[in-house]
Amino acid sequence: MALNINETIEGSFQLVGGNFATAGEASAQLKHTLEGLGVDEGIIRRAAIATFEAEMNVIIYTAAGWLHYYISPDHIKIKIVDMGPGIENIELAMQEGYSTAPDWVREMGWGAGMGLPNMKKNSDEFKIDSVVGEGTTVEMKINFP
Amino acid sequence: MTLKEIAEILNAEIITDSANSDINIQSACSADMMSAVLYYHTPNSLLITGLTQPHVIRTAEIAGIKSIVFVLDKKPDAQTIELAKAKNISLLSTSYCMYTSSGRLYEAGLPGCLNK
Repeated sequence: MALNINETIEGSFQLVGGNFATAGEASAQLKHTLEGLGVDEGIIRRAAIATFEAEMNVIIYTAAGWLHYYISPDHIKIKIVDMGPGIENIELAMQEGYSTAPDWVREMGWGAGMGLPNMKKNSDEFKIDSVVGEGTTVEMKINFP
Repeated sequence: MTLKEIAEILNAEIITDSANSDINIQSACSADMMSAVLYYHTPNSLLITGLTQPHVIRTAEIAGIKSIVFVLDKKPDAQTIELAKAKNISLLSTSYCMYTSSGRLYEAGLPGCLNK
């Protein structure tokens, strides 16, 4: 299927912290949008996984946040901005296996300390900025083949 | 390996059978941590897990997983079943534990998602 993107396609989802009933729906919708545009299956999977991990972080750790996406003919950019507690030590948080998740989060199958590493692994460009007490912004770019 | 073959190997009950039930499932992963499921992601794979909440279905959808086996006779609630139907994901339940379920399927020729 030929790629059906002529100009940048933008969209946003509002994310509500603690709302596990619909957690992941924004990422699933973005995945369907990319499928409809004829994006490569492997790229869709990477974008969906990176977005889903970021979405779950907002649901688990923060009060609220926004997920913005920008799809261009040769790449997708995903920006997640949250109003959460922020990350004290980003270097530590980027280590596989490091997690500050409480027990109730682990019992749901999250908090393995793989979220941020999974986002970075699936992105071509990954940027994270965080201010304790204010929130965290994650920006990811995935290039199309 | 088909869903029916998997159900026979695990003596599993098929809770919901998607329209994709005749697809060839080529690999499997066993995990209770959702980030591990995402890490393993392989198309047309099977997830063996002990978690039954709706977000397991959403994780499976993102990871390209088409079928899920719940171990230790765990049964998902109505919300999880409805979501699986909507996402076209088959659900099974087996009385075997995660280790035995994985072992039986591996022995029958179903490899792991990462092949290592």
